[in-house]
Amino acid sequence: MKYYAYYPGCSAEATGAGLGVSALAIAKPLDMELIELEDWTCCGTTAYGSLDESEAIVVAARNLALAEKTGLHLVTPCSNCFLTLSKANERLKEQPKLMAQVNEALAVANLEYHGSVRVRHLTEVLVKDIGLEVISTKVKRPLNGLKVAPYYGCQLVRPDYGFDDPEFPHSLDRLVESLGATVVPFPLKSHCCGGSLIISEEDLALDLMRKLLANAVGNGAECIVTPCPLCQTNLDAYRGRVNSKFKTNYDLPVLFVTQLMGVAFGIDGKDLGLKTNIVPAGKVLANYI
Amino acid sequence: MEKTRASTFLEEVGTMPGGKGVRLCIQCGTCTASCPSATRWEYTPSGVIAMVRAGMRDEVLSSSSMWHCLSCYFCTVRCPRGVKPTELFHVLEGLASQHGYKARGTRTPAMYSSFVKTIKGNGRVHEFGMMLRYYLKTNPLVSLTMLPVGLKLFSHKRLSFLPKKIKGREDLSKIIQKFREVRDKS
Repeated sequence: MKYYAYYPGCSAEATGAGLGVSALAIAKPLDMELIELEDWTCCGTTAYGSLDESEAIVVAARNLALAEKTGLHLVTPCSNCFLTLSKANERLKEQPKLMAQVNEALAVANLEYHGSVRVRHLTEVLVKDIGLEVISTKVKRPLNGLKVAPYYGCQLVRPDYGFDDPEFPHSLDRLVESLGATVVPFPLKSHCCGGSLIISEEDLALDLMRKLLANAVGNGAECIVTPCPLCQTNLDAYRGRVNSKFKTNYDLPVLFVTQLMGVAFGIDGKDLGLKTNIVPAGKVLANYI
Repeated sequence: MEKTRASTFLEEVGTMPGGKGVRLCIQCGTCTASCPSATRWEYTPSGVIAMVRAGMRDEVLSSSSMWHCLSCYFCTVRCPRGVKPTELFHVLEGLASQHGYKARGTRTPAMYSSFVKTIKGNGRVHEFGMMLRYYLKTNPLVSLTMLPVGLKLFSHKRLSFLPKKIKGREDLSKIIQKFREVRDKS
């Protein structure tokens, strides 16, 4: 059994609900114990850091301090939390003065941080700690014949916290293949979906999504998989907006990679949150569930 | 010797952790060429960097340019000089917002501050509350066009009307309050 301090992130409890439940569901057969960090708070997300760089770091630091007490690696399934917590961790280690100020602030809640936490993304833990060989032995329903476009998005691989190539990553491709599925070429696999600017700059984000969907469909994908809750929400919940704006009819589902793993492991769809997916995945997955 | 306007703004940006790369730029344009939203920027990404170095504080901070940054970090991994433009643009967003600049032609500042308000209030992001705040602040009528997306998220159990009350909420606000005091002192 491998033990981790688990940081779901706000999305995994809300718009990315399918991610939260499926991550926990696949942990069990893989002998991973994801121990939720007690009373965690927001990671200090990009929006926060854009308005106040150093205050966002203190927001992140509360979680890092809580994680340090556990002595375990801090694992998150969310790409934005991964980036934000990693960046704060790096800054705090580089800047002793900031670390001292942060600790003075954390002290009001009886917390302190020494910089020893290792922040990791769940996908990295799956690929590196658990390993593809072990993952493939847990497959009960091989996804033979399923054509998948693995979509990394941005913040899992950039700027670069040592997980995979920042422009041409491959680990998610291998992970999908270990389930028996076929990976289609997807040149835009690490391009941007528009992120949170879907809210404030909808035209810009819809255009980026159209390109991603066209690229995946044009290469024969039957579904897209991603680990990122924001990418999934954009490509799934805003699908109707894309189709109506561009007079298209894209209907391929966007699954969390943990949902796809769960299907291959033979886990019931309701324990993977498949019903939270807006573009239905039932038809594409019919042969496997 | 009195400092010139250019060196003052350059120093202001360059002394912030995220802005220290600004002096390294050679204006090769890789950031602009890599940016998925560059065509929407009032001044291009590399243009903004040149303007920071030329000391054009008001022009930069009142522009909508950096608010179009998607934080995709393509520019950051491709920059041959290690400027880290993404972080630099975040620094500029922060300066613009702290000094009360109101950029025209972008609703991103309102969206970001709605995010921060819900985090401070709830300890975590509450998406429904964030969106409500954002639309009230910008254009409430636009929210009607977004209703179908919201309803779909709601019917698929991905949106809750009320925030989850967590214990850490109060601790977090105490920590932020204290951090502000400590930071202001130094």
